[in-house]
Amino acid sequence: MSAATVTRRAGRRTPADPGGPPGGGRKGRRRLADQAAAWSFAGPSTLLVLGFSLLPMGWAFRLSLTDSDLVSEGQGVGFANYRTLAHDPVFWKSIRNTLELVGLYIPVSLLLGLAVALLLNKPIRGIGFYRACFLVPFVASAAAEGLLMAFVFDKDFGVVNGLLTRTGLPAQGFLDDPSQAMVVITGIFIWTQFGFNVVIYLAALQEIPREVMEAASIDGAGPWRTFRHIVVPSVRPISLFLAVWGLIDCLQFFDLLLTTTKGGPVNSTITIVYYVWQLAFEYFTAGYGAAVAYTLFAGSLAAIVIGLVFGRRKGFLL
Amino acid sequence: MTAAPVTTAPPPAGPAPAPAARRAGRRRPSARHLALAPLSLLMVLPFLYMLGASVMTRAQLNRFPPPLVPPGVDLTGYRELLADSEFPRWFLNSVVVSLAIVASQVVLCSMAGYAFARLRFAGRRVTLALVIATTLIPFQLTVIPTFLIFNELHLINTLGALIAPQLASALGVYLMTSFFQNFPRELEEAARIDGCSRWGVFFRVVLPVARPALAALAVITFIYAWNDLFWPMVAISSKENYTVQAGLATFQGQHRADWPQIMAGTVLTTVPVLIVFLVGQRRFVQALAGAVKG
Repeated sequence: MSAATVTRRAGRRTPADPGGPPGGGRKGRRRLADQAAAWSFAGPSTLLVLGFSLLPMGWAFRLSLTDSDLVSEGQGVGFANYRTLAHDPVFWKSIRNTLELVGLYIPVSLLLGLAVALLLNKPIRGIGFYRACFLVPFVASAAAEGLLMAFVFDKDFGVVNGLLTRTGLPAQGFLDDPSQAMVVITGIFIWTQFGFNVVIYLAALQEIPREVMEAASIDGAGPWRTFRHIVVPSVRPISLFLAVWGLIDCLQFFDLLLTTTKGGPVNSTITIVYYVWQLAFEYFTAGYGAAVAYTLFAGSLAAIVIGLVFGRRKGFLL
Repeated sequence: MTAAPVTTAPPPAGPAPAPAARRAGRRRPSARHLALAPLSLLMVLPFLYMLGASVMTRAQLNRFPPPLVPPGVDLTGYRELLADSEFPRWFLNSVVVSLAIVASQVVLCSMAGYAFARLRFAGRRVTLALVIATTLIPFQLTVIPTFLIFNELHLINTLGALIAPQLASALGVYLMTSFFQNFPRELEEAARIDGCSRWGVFFRVVLPVARPALAALAVITFIYAWNDLFWPMVAISSKENYTVQAGLATFQGQHRADWPQIMAGTVLTTVPVLIVFLVGQRRFVQALAGAVKG
């Protein structure tokens, strides 16, 4: 990839494709035709992507100022929806759960990802096999995985409780126990996602020049110091990226919930996204749902910006 | 797991301190296998159990503790799923939707990527930045208005509603743009000089050479499209138009204890995406890594 990057840098400098021989009065028309040709390439995707994001984004805001029931437009209610959510215990519960998810998911999935990537980073037999194993849960659908895990962790018939009782340990409530459900769900989520971190960290580790590692070991740096002073700083930008990516994943966490706990028991696993979905498509309070969604969006955008700025400056992210 | 993967294992006893060049790889490979083998087994174990459970009988699965290994192979779950439920229909819907999305993204995103990387036109930078910035907008924010738009167009509860929002994607545009930025220029220039039109150059010269990148985009798009659950759950209201994911998710609610059938469903839902992944593994990994490094 690095050789290609050089060409790209060089490529960027080359003057625009002249688009034909430069010549007198034909030049202007030629240029216009070039513009049109370029837009005919870029236009369809641009229109689709922007059309399906910016337009609904504006609409969602307008909706959040109404009492729409998803079917009719609803009446304008000003910022009443936003005032309501400030006193909505389920909303605050969903925020707490989402923060719990973020706080557990990001550190664990980053550390696990880096650890496995380090194990895979040397020429090792069967690397393709191992990588595939770690990616399978990432590739399979969260719906199927949720169903499977609902079964595996079932309180009464599940195989995990089966194993626990066979080894003489007490059976657990898992997804049925409000005090355990969120942790179990987070564990399942980490299992499904961290293969992605492995792949990304592996790509980053392979960019560390071999000479740097060798120089360190000549200078007598032990494995821990090499890790601390070379590996960690080298992968810092990637860690930051993965943390932001993980944050986005957590904020959009939905599929696993739908096929396991559906936010229960007693809202112990409800996340903001799940709440938005319930509000709009189960309780038909689309206006209020849009207000909650907008709050989520504003909050996550702020978190991402702060994370990027702060994380880059302090460099504390791994 | 301990956070000391690179660290602890001592160099093999015996040969005196190796020359610097050898030091970098001083960990004994077998020590790595010792950590990797059980870990990777743990990752796929649930899927093996899923496969096992799908060939158990209802009685076996409703016993506690449940058997770890299927005592025999019983295909009742599969038979019932295929004969008595809408699963075959859901499967077909998923195939249609995913393939349509893949085909469209491969064409549209590669066109856009080519334009953003190689053609100069007014508003290029701003537009590309806008497209990429949309990845920060969570779908949950736009989903309610998107539903309303499709409702207005009378497309809710059709496969069209599932395909349309995914015809192009910011990720696809971004992937293809970074690919074409690294693409040798000489070929297209030669073709242009030979009098080939822009479109001619693109379809006859650029695309054939870009096949690996297109394959990567196709694999990643297929996996995302096939696995999507949120939008199908919102956009589809009648059973016969569900995708496999949405079908399974609601199926579970209605057939609560029918685990052999549900497990058979999850197996059949996972198989296509696993095949695509295993066949295109290299491309998939490339696309993931490429998306990050750009």
